[in-house]
Amino acid sequence: MAGRAAIIATGQTFHKSRRRDVNIVELIHEAVSACLQDAEMSPADLDAVLIGNMEHFEGVYNADLWAAAETGAYLKHAMKITTGGTTGASVAHAGYYHVASGMFNCVLCIGWEKQSDGDTTAGLIFQSDPLFERSNMAGAIGTFALAASEYMNKFGITEEQAARVAVKNRGNALNNPHAHLRRAVTVQDVLSSPMLASPIKLMDMCPTSDGACAIIVASEEVAKKKSPNRPAWFKALSTRHDQPFNSDLPLLINMRTLRDAAKDAYAQAGIVNPIKELDVAEFYEPCTFAELSWYEALGLCELGGGGKLMDSGATQMTGELPVNPSGGVISTNCIGATAMIRVAEAAIQLMGKGGARQVPGAKTALATGFGGSFWTEITILERD
Amino acid sequence: MKQNDAILISSQVLQVSYNYSAGPVVSKFLVSLRDQKKILGIKCDKCGIVYVPPRATCGKCFSEMKQWVELSGRGRIETFTSVHYPEPVQPRGGPFILAVIKLDGSDTGLTHLVGEAEEKDLTIGTKLEAVFQENRTGHILDIKYFRPCRD
Amino acid sequence: MMEQAGRQIELLEMSAPANFPYNYSCGKIGSFFFKKLRDEKKIYGRKCPRCKKVYIPPRPVCGPCFAPTDEWVEVGPGGVLECFTVVFFGFLDPMTGKKRPVPYGYGLIRLDHADSRIQHFLSENDPKKLRVGMRMEAVFNQEREGKLSDIKWFQPVE
Repeated sequence: MAGRAAIIATGQTFHKSRRRDVNIVELIHEAVSACLQDAEMSPADLDAVLIGNMEHFEGVYNADLWAAAETGAYLKHAMKITTGGTTGASVAHAGYYHVASGMFNCVLCIGWEKQSDGDTTAGLIFQSDPLFERSNMAGAIGTFALAASEYMNKFGITEEQAARVAVKNRGNALNNPHAHLRRAVTVQDVLSSPMLASPIKLMDMCPTSDGACAIIVASEEVAKKKSPNRPAWFKALSTRHDQPFNSDLPLLINMRTLRDAAKDAYAQAGIVNPIKELDVAEFYEPCTFAELSWYEALGLCELGGGGKLMDSGATQMTGELPVNPSGGVISTNCIGATAMIRVAEAAIQLMGKGGARQVPGAKTALATGFGGSFWTEITILERD
Repeated sequence: MKQNDAILISSQVLQVSYNYSAGPVVSKFLVSLRDQKKILGIKCDKCGIVYVPPRATCGKCFSEMKQWVELSGRGRIETFTSVHYPEPVQPRGGPFILAVIKLDGSDTGLTHLVGEAEEKDLTIGTKLEAVFQENRTGHILDIKYFRPCRD
Repeated sequence: MMEQAGRQIELLEMSAPANFPYNYSCGKIGSFFFKKLRDEKKIYGRKCPRCKKVYIPPRPVCGPCFAPTDEWVEVGPGGVLECFTVVFFGFLDPMTGKKRPVPYGYGLIRLDHADSRIQHFLSENDPKKLRVGMRMEAVFNQEREGKLSDIKWFQPVE
């Protein structure tokens, strides 16, 4: 029987395109220090350190060893996890499993990426199939362009509806001091931004950011006795993988992994009507079209209804279920950290520490992670 | 593709250019090698350890380190080996001597090349001194190698 | 440069070009597929005995059934364009170490008699000349080497 576990602290860097003022381990250290400060803890309080990034993006491998001094992992149990875009969520989930197993009490989880040190599109091409896909695929932008082409055609979704996602999320980012892009945009700005890969325009797509995020996952005993923050309890977790080729998936963007993981997570959490029962959600939306489609996959509306849900205002800060109060991935994307930022921001909402981005009275929060050929990690958190 | 009876092999090359930021602490160390031919260590105020190469955080006690220590460039061999196999990513073709060197005034070992010496001349404890490159670029190989002390 | 305690600090970057050669085995299934492409200009999919799906790219195991595929089925060379993009942004191609030439079109094509899709280049690089649902056909290179690029691209059929 799994024990209870909670997120008791979070820490993030201030994200930018190029953090030339620090090297990788110094960047990681900023998030770790912020998180330990939030927990009022030192490394002596930790019994494990878990870390993840996309190694081939920077060409820097084994950060679990490499950053041992800066993470507080010196002579401790440490482990590295790499699962693609989902990495940060996988590390958070691994933190939960460490604690829920009863074998660890206080686990530091870290996600990081220093994209300016490497070449992300080249890295993404390189992780696709060497015989069938490397020669033609164009990184995340190309993959989402194919997905958006299919999605628009099948359901009549418009570029304007997608642009509204950028307007919403980039607007929300103004309330988040940690967001990378903090400038409001209009539908017209998005529509007239440079075409990257039709129909994806510059402002439809997430940026590349340097940054790191850390959380502390603790047992019930530690969470109740030592945490200065209101604990954000893990309520449900679910992970799904799919076939290796993007071309295998029947409807790319609608992600059957997300649909299936959501069904599983809602069953674990006893959620029947997610748009009513969830108070806040943080999506890993690499592009505008993805957020619309994932409203559908997560059961917030019917299949093909993502554009209409966006138009209704239900996912705005003032709506029934605010989605991405942090500004989302469209505003900040340091890949190995990105899925953990979703979990951390969900926890921040439940701790009541969201400041200008706080959703008043949030009690149940959902975070998604997206990776590789459309696989998924879902986390649902709740507060007492 | 090469034909090998039934199975085809696809020969490919991964080519990516990485650009690693050294950060302020390592940059200071490398700039000092380049401009002054000086090897700097960094000292932890709390536990007293002097690290070479320098880093911002003391692994042992998790404190921020700010105290720079200038070292003489001399030290002793802690362990060494002679490398005989070729490997494209190595700084030079074999055979060459690689050693962990504990510089005087430092508490950690620095891994570097040993030159102007043969394997038979060396032993653990042999005193070494740094020899610098003529043209220095802000790289660890601005130290050309360490050689046995002449005095 | 960055400023720290009122003094300018020079910040260094280390450029580290990576160049890793490797030999990827096409395996039995891939070798059959690429030899048929090279020698006969034919495209073959692999069929699952349990769910009867014909997979392209061909593979030894059907993921959903976890059953070994056991039959070659000729697919294409015609099919339907199910989604597409024209890539305009410039990026480094790690396969060549150089910028990949843009613009170029690529898409997912459902070949006749196949149940999954193939991702490949399109002859058109103007999004206005492409539409979802178009009939497409594989165009083969004269000189073929046993690679996916033996199919030059898919072009619209009038």
